[in-house]
Amino acid sequence: MNYQLSEEEKMLQKTAADFANKTLAAVAVESNENGEFQDDIYKKLGELGFLGMTVPEKYGGVDFGNFSLTLSIEQISRVCASTAVAMSVHNSLTNWVILKYGSDENREKYLPRLASGEILGAYALTEPSAGSDIGAINTSAVRKDDNYILNGSKLFVSTGDKAGAIIVFARTDPDDRNRGLSAFIVEPGFPGFSIGKVEKKMGLKASSTVELVFEDCVVPASNLLSEEGRGMGIALSALDGGRIGIASQALGIGQAAFEEAIKFAGARKQFGKRIIDLQPTKWKLAEIATKLEAARLLVYSAARRRDMGDTSTKQISMAKLFATRAANEIVYDSLQIHGGVGYTSEFLIERLYRDARALEIYEGTSEIQKLVISREILKEYSHLLS
Amino acid sequence: MKIIVLLKRVPDTEAKILINSEGSGINKEGVKFIINTYDEYAIEEGLQLKEKTGGESTVTVVCMGPEESTEIIRTALAMGADSAVHICDPALEKPTPDMTASVLAAAIKENGFDIIFCGKQGIDYDMAQTQAFLAEKLDIPQVNVISEFEISEDNKKAFLKRSIEGADEKVETSLPAVISCAKGLNEPRYASLPGIMKAKKKEIRKVTLADLDLSDISLENKSTIVKWLSQPKSGECKMIEGEEAAEKAAELARVLREEAKVL
Repeated sequence: MNYQLSEEEKMLQKTAADFANKTLAAVAVESNENGEFQDDIYKKLGELGFLGMTVPEKYGGVDFGNFSLTLSIEQISRVCASTAVAMSVHNSLTNWVILKYGSDENREKYLPRLASGEILGAYALTEPSAGSDIGAINTSAVRKDDNYILNGSKLFVSTGDKAGAIIVFARTDPDDRNRGLSAFIVEPGFPGFSIGKVEKKMGLKASSTVELVFEDCVVPASNLLSEEGRGMGIALSALDGGRIGIASQALGIGQAAFEEAIKFAGARKQFGKRIIDLQPTKWKLAEIATKLEAARLLVYSAARRRDMGDTSTKQISMAKLFATRAANEIVYDSLQIHGGVGYTSEFLIERLYRDARALEIYEGTSEIQKLVISREILKEYSHLLS
Repeated sequence: MKIIVLLKRVPDTEAKILINSEGSGINKEGVKFIINTYDEYAIEEGLQLKEKTGGESTVTVVCMGPEESTEIIRTALAMGADSAVHICDPALEKPTPDMTASVLAAAIKENGFDIIFCGKQGIDYDMAQTQAFLAEKLDIPQVNVISEFEISEDNKKAFLKRSIEGADEKVETSLPAVISCAKGLNEPRYASLPGIMKAKKKEIRKVTLADLDLSDISLENKSTIVKWLSQPKSGECKMIEGEEAAEKAAELARVLREEAKVL
């Protein structure tokens, strides 16, 4: 199926696939086993333009848009989901927020360095007591002369210890739950900034996930994004893009698990037959392929619509909910086809199985996606309610 | 320098090749086509030479092939080539190496050339003949299957290495020449995203046979492929298991008599 890709889209998809199959594949197994972050890979991704995909040319990007980003993340994720998540956060959260809500000064200062891969981006929203409930954010930001003083901590920040520009959400008004949040660009060199606990994760081991600690951290007032009190809106609108990124990551993991299942089932013999010729395997493969196709169509459509200026939150949440669920079902069935060896790290499916689990948690859990979808459909169909 | 790189569109190395029912060629349905693998080394070497010689140097890609070849031409442009000539004509649907070389020679002469890079062979037919015919038709030297390339200060000579069985051969040639490239010569670059953007604006000059000066060239087919035949299926291999030689021999005799029915 060709998904109506333009010539340019096909070309960038091929570059992403070639890069994944050659350069990334050469280090993926080892870096996932040893939990090594591959600085070199991000440098190369930057050189090729993959770290400025939604950034306009005047800020050093290539401005291919969300759909192209989806195609790229999908290809990278087939080989290393850790790299794909860092790429997604960098492009659709950090770059996008600075482009959309940053001042000209912010854009000129950060975007060229982010787009070239000179620095990586991160996004710090979650706190110990504020996960799905963004309104519970406690980290405080108090204006003092030309600066804001930040105090508090952030959890589960992807590549937080490697980033040069971090979008941090903090409370500027303690009394207003939703309109009391603001967003800032924080550099790791700012006084009072430090890295806390480094998480030992179940999967995505080639990407780091850390705690960030702010102790009277001094952030220039010029690094406030948009205005005070706009933090909640910024967080939610950025997450729409981020969710497409994670859904794209799910496509890559799903595709890899699907291909592993076919390869294994074609080689493994039981009862004198290749297991791919046995009906239980065939049915699993048919279901995997169908789920993957449906997920791909939902995700591609959501990404295309975002490029066309349609900010369909419902469509995006549906894509994220469905694609990440599908990926988890696919890795489950693929591992089942592998049998015992699939449970060992000798086979790629073991890593895919672990990596897939995070998909339904980060950038909005599946439960949050259902909340968003149900809220939207109740609005849409309010005329049917008496 | 006017650097020419030849390009061919071939089926993907991973594609399953099936012969069509008429036996007149392969079944192209569902087959993915790619840049001939060895041509990628030629593109990279052309680009490196351009970067080295700088100034007025240009890399022009010349490709003879069907309409769909635009895709691979665009990729070469995205990698950094400056312009392209695409020779596309219904009369060239089933070319022989001799015919291909004649057409390429005419297009290359018209464009002007100081050096020609190509892959050491097409991975589809594996004939490795076009470059030799081409060098003859242009009356210039050819050096094939190179693994190292260097150019003299004045850009008039090239120093090459060929890896031959158990040794390396060093070759010096005057330029222009046809240089065919092998794996190991370089690491072909990826088409970067800025490169893909720029490629959109680069020129692909479409040429038919009528546009070329073919007056002193014969397009007569000196050889034709009469029919394509599928390879016969290889038989199954059966291993005879057993502890003792005598036991295995007895089993072999039984299989030959009862199963293979050759005794």
